[in-house]
Amino acid sequence: MLVPVLAAALLIVLLLSASTGTIPVPMADALRIVLGHLLPGMPWMSDGSLTTVQDNAVWQFRLPRALLAAMAGAGLALAGALMQAVVHNSLAEPYILGVSAGAGVGAVSFIVLGIGASSLGIGAAAFLGALTATAAVYLLARKNGHIAPQRLILAGVALGALFSAVTSYLTITTDAQNVFSIMFFLLGSVSAATTGHLALPAAALLAAGIFTAFNARALNALLVGDDAAATLGINVNRLRSSILVTAALLTGSVVAVSGGIGFVGLIVPHIARIVVGADHRRMLPVAVLGGAVFLAASDLLARTLAAPTEIPLGVLTALVGAPFFLWLLRRDRSDSVGVGR
Amino acid sequence: MRVDIEDLDVHRGGRPVVSGVSIPVPPGTVLGLLGPNGSGKSTLLRAVSGIASPSSGRVRFDGADISFLSRREIARRVAVMAQEHSEEFEIPVLDLVLLGRIPHGKGFGRDSDHDIAIAEQALDRVGAAHLATRSFSALSGGERQRVLFARALTQDTPVLVLDEPTNHLDIAHQVELVDLVRSADRTVLVALHDLNLAARYCDTVGVLDGGRLRSLGPPERVLDTDLIRSAFGVESTSVAHPRSGRRHFIFDARTPEPGPDTDRPIPTEEGSSTP
Repeated sequence: MLVPVLAAALLIVLLLSASTGTIPVPMADALRIVLGHLLPGMPWMSDGSLTTVQDNAVWQFRLPRALLAAMAGAGLALAGALMQAVVHNSLAEPYILGVSAGAGVGAVSFIVLGIGASSLGIGAAAFLGALTATAAVYLLARKNGHIAPQRLILAGVALGALFSAVTSYLTITTDAQNVFSIMFFLLGSVSAATTGHLALPAAALLAAGIFTAFNARALNALLVGDDAAATLGINVNRLRSSILVTAALLTGSVVAVSGGIGFVGLIVPHIARIVVGADHRRMLPVAVLGGAVFLAASDLLARTLAAPTEIPLGVLTALVGAPFFLWLLRRDRSDSVGVGR
Repeated sequence: MRVDIEDLDVHRGGRPVVSGVSIPVPPGTVLGLLGPNGSGKSTLLRAVSGIASPSSGRVRFDGADISFLSRREIARRVAVMAQEHSEEFEIPVLDLVLLGRIPHGKGFGRDSDHDIAIAEQALDRVGAAHLATRSFSALSGGERQRVLFARALTQDTPVLVLDEPTNHLDIAHQVELVDLVRSADRTVLVALHDLNLAARYCDTVGVLDGGRLRSLGPPERVLDTDLIRSAFGVESTSVAHPRSGRRHFIFDARTPEPGPDTDRPIPTEEGSSTP
């Protein structure tokens, strides 16, 4: 029941984002523009009722941005939920493997070396950095073909610190004009989104979603411990490895195009658990859609609340999300999912 | 289903924990594993469950070596009630019991009505139907044991492996649980601490000491005061139960020195320091 509601909310937020901005576009017109681009031969696209400026604002700028925010939110929430399940730790989040720190090194190196300033280039470098970090943490945490959750977390934290140090050093020693681009990336933003940015996270989200759907029951078994899951017929090592790789690729592809947006990956899965329980078959769809709605709405607020100034997205997610999560945490319901212990 | 443990060696942390154990378990019988703490009972049961891999020897289910079976194939043959339980995230009792259906189902989709019926039946059978919607972590120790046993039943396997299932249970629930185990009509391998309970409910008992099988056979032949002295380091008196006439042990005191063929130090300091 919650899933259709969230899906409808997502559509409304996307449409609201498409119509809101300095160039006014009524919601009905925004809907017509979107439909006109998706379906060929719509009469209103050529009868002069919509201006080119409106069309550009909606189709070239606002919609890609809102979609990127939604996909980043969905991807980070899914990655966070997966991480929490496979490392048996409720503090786990998508960046725990040092993925964002690795992406940071990639992006900052790209900017500092001055190879170019294209955001797609920065994205590619960030993705490469994220993959390198993931591979390094994975190999470091592996011992006798077995990945111990605790060792994984510690290796991720240590390597993350190492990467952050490199990023800081590069930032402090580079030309002043580069610092803005670097901070922009590190704080996380979807404001530079174009249609070209959408392909990577969309593909990653689709692949991760399908893979996770087939393993949702196995993830439930993991809730009761590794040995118990093994006696229920789960190949725990293989499941853990494949889920980690899935979550890391997903996180890497989101970070590459939107920078290190914090908070969503940690909190949204917990909210989903508090609302529908720990069963992954119910919880994952709610987390994915909830993350999408939350980040798309946050981005809309981020660019309208203090217009024409933009509030950084990460700042807003924490300002809005933290009080809401704390309120949820204090309710009785949260005890039933183990938050109260 | 028949279970054969053949010349099994299992190492844990580089040390041999089970050495050269062979036990045949005929279909539908209950094998009780006895022995002091650290004698290798749990490790032997882990090997039978396919969690610990033997360094040599094998475990066979109806002749099939389990090292050639997939996890899922093993999980359709043997259900395990272990002592450990992870509690990072909370789970309602019925959902926990339903996990037992995983080896029989697909990786996705809802639980079928059939699955839910089996789970509810199992909860009913262990007298825990009223707990179905409660959260597992909010249960008492005894309620948890019964719920975990219900999960093992829900897995619907011909073999059950139970590691000290009567832990935390009061006397009534202990008796009730072993009755349930007997009436489940499966091949059962169970580690027990209570020798009298084992004597009364097991078809066969195996006594482990230092990872080796010291004695194997029907309880009335295996269990006597000499064995209890040498394996457990405890003096006991054997009496006939006034009503059933069954042999019953009363435990008297720690044996002052380790038995003649025990190279193991006495586990508790207190007992050995008293003259």
